[in-house]
Amino acid sequence: MNGALGNLARRPWIWSFAGALLVWLGAIQFTGGYGAGGMLTAALSLAVFTVIVGIGQMFVITLGPGNVDLSLPANIGLASAVAMKVMGGDDSMVALGLLAAVGSGLCVGVANYLLIWALRIPPIIATLSAAFVIQSVDISYGRGLQIKPPPGFADFANILISGVPLLAILTLLFALIANVVLHRTVYGRSVLAIGQNIRAARLAGVRVEPTRFATYALCGALGGLNGALLAGYFRGANVDIGNEYLLLSIAVVVIGGTSVAGGRANVPGVWGGALFLVLLQTMLNTFGVSAGVRLLATGLIIVAVITAAGGPKPGR
Amino acid sequence: MTSAASLPVPTSAARRGPDLRRIARALLPSLSLALVLGAIAYLNPRVISYFGFTLMLNYAVPIALATMAQMFVTATNDIDLSIGTFVGFVCCVTATFLNDDPLIGVLILAGCIGVYAALGALIHLRNLPSIVVTLGMSFVWQGLAILLLPKPGGKAPLWLQAIMGYKPAFIPLPIVAAILIAAVGYFGLMRTSYGAILRGTGGNSVAIARAGWSLLKAKAVLFALTGTFGVLSGMALVGITRSADANIGNGYTLLSIAGVILGGGEFVGGIVSPIGAVIGALTLTLASTQLLGFMKIPPDWQVGANGAILIIVLAARVLISQRGRDR
Repeated sequence: MNGALGNLARRPWIWSFAGALLVWLGAIQFTGGYGAGGMLTAALSLAVFTVIVGIGQMFVITLGPGNVDLSLPANIGLASAVAMKVMGGDDSMVALGLLAAVGSGLCVGVANYLLIWALRIPPIIATLSAAFVIQSVDISYGRGLQIKPPPGFADFANILISGVPLLAILTLLFALIANVVLHRTVYGRSVLAIGQNIRAARLAGVRVEPTRFATYALCGALGGLNGALLAGYFRGANVDIGNEYLLLSIAVVVIGGTSVAGGRANVPGVWGGALFLVLLQTMLNTFGVSAGVRLLATGLIIVAVITAAGGPKPGR
Repeated sequence: MTSAASLPVPTSAARRGPDLRRIARALLPSLSLALVLGAIAYLNPRVISYFGFTLMLNYAVPIALATMAQMFVTATNDIDLSIGTFVGFVCCVTATFLNDDPLIGVLILAGCIGVYAALGALIHLRNLPSIVVTLGMSFVWQGLAILLLPKPGGKAPLWLQAIMGYKPAFIPLPIVAAILIAAVGYFGLMRTSYGAILRGTGGNSVAIARAGWSLLKAKAVLFALTGTFGVLSGMALVGITRSADANIGNGYTLLSIAGVILGGGEFVGGIVSPIGAVIGALTLTLASTQLLGFMKIPPDWQVGANGAILIIVLAARVLISQRGRDR
């Protein structure tokens, strides 16, 4: 285990990329090499959305056991409607619409934290209760919303630079920044410290509550941004647009090697996990299986991956 | 029961502050239910009748069963995010196999309970986060349901329809069923010695293990119980709707979690209450559908009302606990 290869194998995120590569090879094997590049382009475009919320969810999960944001789907749905309404199909309003979507997500994140803090309940329950309310707000606010995104924004969300989506490049930059924030800033290290042992962190002078507040706000804001981008990419807002991101955001974090028990986070793994899951869907699509089989296979693979990865080892 | 609880004379009640707090907390679920019932009676007095309750609480039976199912996993500090799609899958099996070929149907449903027990064992052995495992399983159940019934259809067995349509004398069926479900849960989990062990796995699993009990077995038993009540919930649901749809149970995941919390469950520490869970399920059923209808609140806000009720009850709980602590 001394060589460069052994060093690589010990990095938890490598497995998610290996899985993604394997699935991609499986798919192009089936098509006989046809559409290999197109598949990657499509996978990158779709993985972007999972990565954005995945990184938010990763920070939340790293805070420790029980920390998870279940309000993401509702948050994304609401933000997509807010973005489309503020933009109103007008190219000059894009920046304002994006800002409004991020703001809407930020409000959700802050509300989540306030519920956790004021009611002293596990975040799972707090974000779930919030999700109920947000979902209703969205259904009521976004009812019959038929506004298309401004053409400039829709084009922006779909730009390809020699086969690589622009959004993917931007998200890659964002992931790099997130990695620096996680490992090199006081905030990021506070998140890790809280996840490892909240009591020790508090005694060591880590500002626990402000850090938790910032983390839930960050996750909410990223959910809002994701909602706006999704509405641009799919050319329209929708109440259900964020539904799949509940499982996806948690799954990519776990598959990517972040510890569900908190205290250990992994940004590259979020990318690997997202590519793996998106390519898995692509592969199953190329095999031409029905929706039922696709769901079944996705579920089984997630259970298998988490079983193989195993949970935190008890007793140290 | 209410009068018995408030009987102690004021002096002794004041001296025993924590007890009072405990009583107040224990009464919270019933109080919420009474509040919702009172509001409905005020808005539309005519529904407070045998027929009215039968109609209003029709769907409370499957919801109460799903809530009980969720409660068993929360007793061991786990959460089941797949219970909704599992209920949907059971509906599809009941409306197809159980109707056409009862033997195979029974075998499939028994197999499902076995899968749940295996999941419990797996979660224990590999020390897995139940939230991820059950999220994955929710896809599995949904996929199986869609494979079984790509389009809504099937037919519930006639005997099941007859059971769900049965009209006992004086007391409406949903209320009889709720009392029965609560009683089974209460005596099984709160009154038996093995029930105490099961709850102990959530309270202090190390202590339970040191006392010589198998955590593996306890976890498998609790998950199997969740599977069993999930199966019952699906069968009850399809007995009411008479035909199935792969997405029929999707809302039950959130409803069951909300019901457990409304009923006083805690999600950590093995603190659960079977009677509370059933009361919580009844409250949710009434509040989210009937009350809103009578108050002329559009159905858009149905889910939101569930969330608001949850937040209000949780806030009330904090207030009660705080008062007790300040003494």
